[in-house]
Amino acid sequence: MKLHEYQSKQLFAKHGVPIPRGEVAETPAEARAIAERLGGKVAVKSQVLVGGRGKAGGIRLAKTPEEAEQIAAAIFELEIKGLPVRKILVDEAAQVSSEIYLGVTNDRTEGSPVLIASAEGGVEIEEVARTHPDRIARAWVDPLIGLRDYQARNLAAAMELPRQHWSEFSQMARGLFDTYWNSDATLAEINPLVITKQGQLLALDGKIVIDDNALFRHPELEQLRDLDEEAPSEREARGHGLSYVKLDGNIGCMVNGAGLAMATMDVIMGLGGEPANFLDIGGGADAEKVAAAIQIILADPEVKSMMFNIFGGITRCDEVARGILMALEQVPREVYLVTRLVGTNEELGRQILADARMDTASSLVEAAEMVIEAAKMGVTE
Amino acid sequence: MSILIDKDTRVLVQGITGREGLFHASKMLDYGSQVVAGVTPGKGGDWVLDGKVPVFDTVERALDATGANCSVLFVPAKFAGDAMLEAGDAGVPLVICITEGVPIQDMMKVRSYLDQEGVRLVGPNCPGLLTPGGSKAGIIPGRIADPGSIGVVSRSGTLTYEVLYALQQHGFGVTTCVGIGGDPINGTRFTDVLQMFEDDHHTEAVVMIGEIGGAEEERAADFISSSMTKPVVGFIAGQSAPPGKRMGHAGAIIEAGSGMAADKIAALQSAGVRVAEHPEAIPELLN
Repeated sequence: MKLHEYQSKQLFAKHGVPIPRGEVAETPAEARAIAERLGGKVAVKSQVLVGGRGKAGGIRLAKTPEEAEQIAAAIFELEIKGLPVRKILVDEAAQVSSEIYLGVTNDRTEGSPVLIASAEGGVEIEEVARTHPDRIARAWVDPLIGLRDYQARNLAAAMELPRQHWSEFSQMARGLFDTYWNSDATLAEINPLVITKQGQLLALDGKIVIDDNALFRHPELEQLRDLDEEAPSEREARGHGLSYVKLDGNIGCMVNGAGLAMATMDVIMGLGGEPANFLDIGGGADAEKVAAAIQIILADPEVKSMMFNIFGGITRCDEVARGILMALEQVPREVYLVTRLVGTNEELGRQILADARMDTASSLVEAAEMVIEAAKMGVTE
Repeated sequence: MSILIDKDTRVLVQGITGREGLFHASKMLDYGSQVVAGVTPGKGGDWVLDGKVPVFDTVERALDATGANCSVLFVPAKFAGDAMLEAGDAGVPLVICITEGVPIQDMMKVRSYLDQEGVRLVGPNCPGLLTPGGSKAGIIPGRIADPGSIGVVSRSGTLTYEVLYALQQHGFGVTTCVGIGGDPINGTRFTDVLQMFEDDHHTEAVVMIGEIGGAEEERAADFISSSMTKPVVGFIAGQSAPPGKRMGHAGAIIEAGSGMAADKIAALQSAGVRVAEHPEAIPELLN
């Protein structure tokens, strides 16, 4: 789960990381009032959960409260990468002397948190990693011990940060790490971390991603969820215990197991078709889940044909076939469907479907060819 | 022969009185695994599965009474981290966590601790182990694989079954199938299992099934080119996956331009691995 900039910065502040003074506005008038309270120049920043807000015109400076109101009105009209702007953060504008990157994330290979710092702040760290890999410093944190003070100093030294800022920087690194650790984040970053002309360090922008699997111990964070982050169909699927990702193609897929679902999409794409979605219905294939999956797939108007790919292991293919037939009684399907059943009792399973006059296939490639052909021809039932 | 488990492995099931735990414990017994004990705190003294398996309150007591040397966990995600540590502290040398959805922070601590203690962890979010004709410690359907000389290692569940079944249809048998799991941080990695297959005299070739996300396939490719003599056939799922989207498994995500299928395939190919275009094409690459 991603947090907005303002939510991230509020969490940082709770852990002792200095942030600019600022408040959130939901109307242009509120933006003006906040700018009046702050006095002086302000940054007017759209709060949407995608990168590239600046380039899209979603972050602008205002010299006066009137200008803040006008800019906020313009930003509220924007749609940034398909997302509406519902909230705007109005921050006191900082007088920036230099920009740093500071982040912490999980290193999958090491199995530990890694703190990353770079004197090249304000741009994407992946971009720095590509262009100036030597300008990135890392410190791996032992998950059983936590961040050690010297590790933060090492990063400051590696960046050649002027010595007068080391102590403040170390405190920020500690605060960032604590934020990450205490909220079960998978990513917490300050970009840019600025040194102001007055010589202060400040988290100007922030980003936090929380581990969804750990939200059970953070009910206060769950409440921060922005429903715009997920497509409505993906949210509905999650409610049914299905894992669904909408894609741009026209061939609906329903598969048991995530790896097999990916492999199924790969075969369809490899043969020139375009998958409309990733959908994992999980183990077995009980009628209720299958019915929910069909509804979710068919709610996508692009879908021209559908393929079920089910491996019957613990749940035998004949049981799966009966589950599918029961589901199809509950939900009408308007598009072509081919079912590939493999595994235990597969002949029996396919016979049950064939008796119900449904197309079946034994091989993945064969099924993919059938469903692609149907999508092209616009075959209907 | 096999790696990690064989017919003498004494299996303990943590979470045996839950729906999943009980169901799969019965399937393991049916397969011929020696399921010697179960653990559910508060249910010690019960017997389950027609009185065949005693239940204990703690792993320590279960070990004292039965000498179990492998634990399979079906404990809910919230408690799985603690259950893995309990198994390791009690002295179980092989811990297999089937549970999906364990918080990443718990896994960082657990893996780090169990590594230091010398406990082998498989998973989490994995189907476990199957040594055809010998033992099953997990949830891999027993009837889709026969004993033989191919080692199988995979990050996936049903995709692994698909491959096992394709191997069976083509007359290939398996020494051991290891499901290492689809989470971003797991215990046993590809390289660990490849080393074991390389050392196992009965394994003649290895099938390795990877997917998008992380860099374990690339590490495996380095290991294969530097340290393996046995042929490896591979498959990588997720060539059609868009960046930034989690494809079911917590670990299956292309982040910041890394973890892409194409890069993994290229790395494996340059290490001499024959990479199949789709799962059904794997058996013919073994010929």
